[in-house]
Amino acid sequence: MDPYTTEGHNVSTAPDPVPPDPVPADTVKVDVLHRLRRLFSAAVSPLVLLPSLTAVGIFVYGFIGFTFWVSISNWSTLKEDLSIRDPVLGNYADIFQTTRFQADIRNTFIFTALFLALAVAVGLGAALLLDQKVRGRKFFRNVILFPYAISMVVTGVVWRWIFNPEAGVNLLFDVTGLNALLRSAGVGELHPGWTTDASVWLQVNSVVERLLPFGEEISIQLGVPAALVPVAIAASWQVSGFVMAMYIGGMATVPDSVREAARIDGASEWQVYRRVVIPMMKPVTITVLVILLHISLKTFDLVVAMAGPGPGFATDLPSLYVFETMFRATRYNAGTAAAVVVLLFTVIVIVPYLVRASRTDQ
Amino acid sequence: MSTDLPRRASDRTLAATCTAVWRRLRAANAWLPWFVLVLMAAFFLMPVYVLVMNGLKDSMSAELSQMWLPPSRWSLGGFREAWSRLSPNLGNSVQLVVPATAVSTFLGAVNGYFFAKWRFRGSELLLTLLLFGFFIPYQTILLPLVRFLQWAGLYGSLPGLVLTHVVYGLPITTLVFRNHFLTLPHGLFEAARVDGAGPFRIFWSVFLPLSVPSIVVVAIFQFTNIWNEFLFAVTVVLDPTEQPVTVALNNLSGTFSVDWNVVMAGAVTAALPTALVYIFLGRWFVKGVTAGALKG
Repeated sequence: MDPYTTEGHNVSTAPDPVPPDPVPADTVKVDVLHRLRRLFSAAVSPLVLLPSLTAVGIFVYGFIGFTFWVSISNWSTLKEDLSIRDPVLGNYADIFQTTRFQADIRNTFIFTALFLALAVAVGLGAALLLDQKVRGRKFFRNVILFPYAISMVVTGVVWRWIFNPEAGVNLLFDVTGLNALLRSAGVGELHPGWTTDASVWLQVNSVVERLLPFGEEISIQLGVPAALVPVAIAASWQVSGFVMAMYIGGMATVPDSVREAARIDGASEWQVYRRVVIPMMKPVTITVLVILLHISLKTFDLVVAMAGPGPGFATDLPSLYVFETMFRATRYNAGTAAAVVVLLFTVIVIVPYLVRASRTDQ
Repeated sequence: MSTDLPRRASDRTLAATCTAVWRRLRAANAWLPWFVLVLMAAFFLMPVYVLVMNGLKDSMSAELSQMWLPPSRWSLGGFREAWSRLSPNLGNSVQLVVPATAVSTFLGAVNGYFFAKWRFRGSELLLTLLLFGFFIPYQTILLPLVRFLQWAGLYGSLPGLVLTHVVYGLPITTLVFRNHFLTLPHGLFEAARVDGAGPFRIFWSVFLPLSVPSIVVVAIFQFTNIWNEFLFAVTVVLDPTEQPVTVALNNLSGTFSVDWNVVMAGAVTAALPTALVYIFLGRWFVKGVTAGALKG
């Protein structure tokens, strides 16, 4: 509980000193001055915050309002046209019918799932290992967190070559003799196309088309695009260290006495983690997932530098669609409609989180 | 936990041998996390190895088929070429990052102080509304942002980009400072008020001097984020000679006439400033990483 919220810094709620009945003149003067100063202090806070709040009000809420307006307008060329389109949601209907945006929605879900799973697994794993008081903890921690300090563009540029089908990891498959081994075992050699691979695994089209009323509108292969896997690996390489740092911070708050108590109750080291430490990490996990999710929905530079839209839009994301539709094709209403869809995803996750955070804060 | 083997190996009774074997197993168990961490470290360093080794090759020997091997002929040619192509953009990044970091950190400190210590009706709601600005996917506001900057005469210029980063940096800098000021003893605040200090005086003479660590943390956080940022940079600044280094690196990487070693050297160059901050100010960086992540 926040000790400060219950005490009023707010002048209006603070009790005024009651002056004794027969009041000397100079005391009245002092009292008026005192009151004026308190009044000033009460007004000063909103006044100081006003410019920042106005700026964010315009740049966040005003801009979102404008974007939404354009997304229901007829503005589809360089020439501005803010008249409302009939039907109102026509632009949304249009983009959802395009193969590209359908692929983007699929990719958003798959990329987010892969990215969250990988980053949390690696980050939590590293934090648990570093909790073992191994030699060189600092070194390992620093190495794993290091990519988080680097630009996503740099990450994209390197991983693009590591997952180049003609080089990179595929070279290692040859050099290490893995491919020779597979050949002699009668299995085909390993030469994944990585980001150039157009195949979609685990297709569920037939099921979804039967289940959904608009199933026949789906013009893409529903499943896991193979090309998204390397992108998710690169993104996790960058962000796992952040997850690790969050868990290390969380584990530091678990008192030794709690672990000791579990050990005395006969828990093995593994059980101490499984039953005591990891369950206590729940708030950290929620924060981590929310942050990763919003990183995932913002991902743009990594894909631009690493893969581009990919074969059959296998590595395309809504952020690329928005950017290219608005600034290359100048179809502003379609681009903003896609942007609003991404914003809705964010709102669904973030708003409950923010509301919860501000409640526990008070 | 002791991992030492029994010292007197001459006592070769059955029991002692059993104990020795058991201790060896225990020792292996203790080393297992270490081995996994070594493998992880190798994975995390692998891209750095690729970048540095290939950046240090000369153009002739920088072949894709050799990408895992260290240079047969070491050369700084790649770095020289990358520097000549990227140095103007590195300069732009500095001109962007320094004012944007300074202003957003300072405003965050002021805002955080008033949100923490001078609450008023609705200030908590306003803070939550402010914080939402940190989470929005920025592609949602690109079009109005461009229009606004055009109207303000700032479109296509670095000052426009500075303004953009300052405004979108406010939510997180404000929050970190606000949380920091809440941890300071409230008695300080009361004492200063009893002494007759006004809001600004208390901020300037009492709270700001006590928040130097937070200023460092937030400044590093903002420096890293703004240096590494790409979407605003590519949207707001159009002239390639005016663009920050992330955009220039992406252009360099997409130019097929540029040798591979130059691209790798360029990536190292673009990453170097934030990498150096991380190496030398890592402790503060870690604090920023976790402080910036709100509290759950």
